Amino acid sequence: MIEGIGILSLTIWVPIVAGLFILASGGDRSADGQRAIALVGALLGFLVAIPLWTGFDSGTAAMQFEELAEWVPMINVYYHLGVDGISMPFILLNSFTTLLVVLAGWQVIQNKVGQYMAAFLIQSGLINGVFASLDGVLFYVFFEAMLIPLYIIIGVWGGPNRVYAAIKFFLYTLLGSLMMLIALIFLFFQSGGSFEILQWHKVPIGMAAQVLLFVAFFFAFAVKVPMWPVHTWLPDAHVEAPTGGSVVLAAITLKVGAYGFLRFAMPIVPDAAHELAGLMIALSLIAVVYIGMVALVQADMKKLIAYSSIAHMGFVTLGFFIFEPLGIEGGLVQMISHGFISAALFLCIGVMYDRLHSRQIADYGGVVNSMPRFAAFFMLFAMANAGLPATSGFVGEFMVILGAVKVNFWYAFAAALTLIFGAAYTLWMYKRVVFGPVTNDKVAAMQDIDSREFLVLALLAICVLGMGLYPMPVTEVMHASVNNLLEHVAHSKLP
Amino acid sequence: MTLSMLNLMPALPEIFVLSLACVVLLVEAFSKKPAWSYTLTQVTLVGAGVITLLTAGEAKVYAFNGMFVDDLMADVLKLVSYAAAVIAVAYSRSYLKDREMFRGEYFALVLFAVLGMMVMISASHFLTLYMGLELLSLSLYTLVALQRDSKVASEAAMKYFVLGALASGFLLYGMSILYGMTGSLHLTEVVEAIALNNTALLAFGLVFVVAGLAFKLGVAPFHMWVPDIYHGAPSAVTLFIGSAPKLAAFAIVMRLLVDGLHPAVEHWQQMLAIMAVLSLAIGNLAAIMQTNIKRMLAYSTIAHMGFLLLGILADSYAGYSAAMFYVITYAITSLGAFGMVVYLSRAGFEAENLEDFKGLNAKHPWLAAIMAMLMFSMAGLPPFVGFYAKLTVLQALIGTGWLWLAVAAVFFSLIGAFYYLRVVKTLYFDVPHASDLAPSGEGDVRALLSLNGLGVLLLGLAPQPLLALCAYAIQVSIQ
Repeated sequence: MIEGIGILSLTIWVPIVAGLFILASGGDRSADGQRAIALVGALLGFLVAIPLWTGFDSGTAAMQFEELAEWVPMINVYYHLGVDGISMPFILLNSFTTLLVVLAGWQVIQNKVGQYMAAFLIQSGLINGVFASLDGVLFYVFFEAMLIPLYIIIGVWGGPNRVYAAIKFFLYTLLGSLMMLIALIFLFFQSGGSFEILQWHKVPIGMAAQVLLFVAFFFAFAVKVPMWPVHTWLPDAHVEAPTGGSVVLAAITLKVGAYGFLRFAMPIVPDAAHELAGLMIALSLIAVVYIGMVALVQADMKKLIAYSSIAHMGFVTLGFFIFEPLGIEGGLVQMISHGFISAALFLCIGVMYDRLHSRQIADYGGVVNSMPRFAAFFMLFAMANAGLPATSGFVGEFMVILGAVKVNFWYAFAAALTLIFGAAYTLWMYKRVVFGPVTNDKVAAMQDIDSREFLVLALLAICVLGMGLYPMPVTEVMHASVNNLLEHVAHSKLP
Repeated sequence: MTLSMLNLMPALPEIFVLSLACVVLLVEAFSKKPAWSYTLTQVTLVGAGVITLLTAGEAKVYAFNGMFVDDLMADVLKLVSYAAAVIAVAYSRSYLKDREMFRGEYFALVLFAVLGMMVMISASHFLTLYMGLELLSLSLYTLVALQRDSKVASEAAMKYFVLGALASGFLLYGMSILYGMTGSLHLTEVVEAIALNNTALLAFGLVFVVAGLAFKLGVAPFHMWVPDIYHGAPSAVTLFIGSAPKLAAFAIVMRLLVDGLHPAVEHWQQMLAIMAVLSLAIGNLAAIMQTNIKRMLAYSTIAHMGFLLLGILADSYAGYSAAMFYVITYAITSLGAFGMVVYLSRAGFEAENLEDFKGLNAKHPWLAAIMAMLMFSMAGLPPFVGFYAKLTVLQALIGTGWLWLAVAAVFFSLIGAFYYLRVVKTLYFDVPHASDLAPSGEGDVRALLSLNGLGVLLLGLAPQPLLALCAYAIQVSIQ
């Protein structure tokens, strides 16, 4: 603790202040300095988040590192922060990803560098705020505000169709969050005038209201996850976003949606969650199977990974709504692992795009000849995406499937199909891009990754392998919180 | 009655503004330097602010035989009106100079308009209310027509005058019916008489009063004049019309419907509900199609006024104070947005088409950031103040059981978000326009504009003081 400012506040405000500082430091003439500030800011942001891990008490499900201050007492809004085993890992993941994104954009971005870096740092702080908020309005403020930097990132540094993608992304997610705003205000009155999320967990609510609230939460979070059929903004946003934007989208913002289910929908309206679990499972399985097939036919690499993200996130929501400890923990592990793997894959595509300025699979072929070191990394991440044992991709999927078998064999069967589809679309893409004869002259001229790119990919490779070989530390942190959540959800809240 | 029996103290700010407005008129006649009028106007407004601050109190004080009331709500609204006028006049300075409108009559008219608003805000009698309203309206008609050689402006002024006169007629007709029913023009007596005698005639009179108010507020289906006047008037005048008069309009709705006609609440509640939803729908949908930013903001005003009505019709202290917070923050945001339009215009060039803002970020990142903050605030996104304005109104609605209205409001806000986003898109994503925008204003205007933009952010980060002030003002002013 640094006098009066808690660790969580630091993880939120350090990146934001660094971002504002960059914005104030002037235009592109001072680009080098701005990059340096961004790196320092991101590094500091990550360093201040580390005590969350080292100082975390995994024996309790209670909120830790809590901070409580009055914010808008007129309407009972508090600046209330705290993390448990469910939210804490994501703050670390987010701070870590921001560091990678700053490094990845180092040379690629030459236009309005300061604004680019600042947008990512501010975004990073806001997302940490989402995971740390224990007050409904505070959560909502961070949840909505994080759309703004991403909107700018996609719209300014994106591809040719960026305007369409940015506005679609924004309006889609705004629709969901506005529904949730009504739900939050409704809960405020239900709980007798409180915006405390933990208070809401305890309020008894009638079945009809529960279902409506669940629907509102579903809109807000399913769009973010995204679940089929409200996923259509994601491929557009991913394809048009700059590499850094895709990384943050896939690695972090999708997780915000899934996290919302665990923090809001399930504990606040458990009866409705049980009632509608069948529907949620069905949607998740559609995402896993159908979207997996859609991914198979993509000609654009980024689009392929975008669809693969939807399929993998289908796994996560499936894990949540079978109400099994293994399922939820598996889902959480899958979220973190997907954060690493999707970030890595988007970075890999970014590396190739920077050299050839194409994302079409057909334009490549034989990349391994000119970029052997890169091909090795790409191989690892492709395998991880396919769920190869000993990579982090395997752990989460395996846990969810195990959990699903306990509930219903056919859920598990359908979910297990993803291992086949995942392997098919990822490895087929890998084969077409990396192996085979070099048909495009430009591919032959591609330079292998430099030390900066090597560093970024190596860091991710360590994470993917580390989590795959020894996932214990991660699951241990979550254990108490997940069990507590399941116990809570098992009790009816009907009055 | 002797003069000493009249308690003049509560009306001191009005008397001050009136006297100095006359002086401003004279200054113009004797000095050829409009800068004098400018300075004197600003001094007058600041002076009125000081007087209002010094005489502000919790107590409700009546004057002129109960025709005039001074309460905390009036003080707060007046203070914000002065501030809005000061800022509007400052923003307009170089715009007016470039178009040969930087003359004494502009300043005198602004001061008379402010005086009209002050009288409206403090009215507790049908006649006072009407007098204030007409003083404001006549000043505004003339302001719109100030650019004599502009056809569009003259047309706008004509439309404004005809429709405004019609609205005043409605209002007067409604008032006369209420007078016939109750035998009094004092709002305090009217409310007592209605409480005892709630008849169909009351609803009849009420319809006209509400229609008149709706005209003045510019809510659907009485909104037709808004886009034309906002578009046609010189930007500097639009800037003024779009801000402070909204506060006065809010005040007369509060005085008439809440102070005076509260026993008829179930009647006007329904009327307001329909008008609010219509305004949200028409305002937000029509704004999408606009290419002129003044017109777009005009339609957005209609939608915002609809939101304001939602707060009032919730009919609770929370609702009224939410509406008051809404109108104050809207006035601030609107000042900034129109201020930017005025600031970016220069001699012979009006920066009023959306196109003119293309790629502003490339040349003037700070101005683009201010404009983006203002737009996000209007769209109701956190962490800007527009979010809290919408949140408190929605909260009041849901608290009083108007869930369907809250859902409708949220739905139309989503549509509204689109055109605000489009402005941000124009600022940030588009390639800069060939004709380079050269901000014309002086350094102090730029600083003021920056403060305006940052204010929207700061009020959003720390809304508590203003929220508390509004709640308190409503609590002590409304019975």
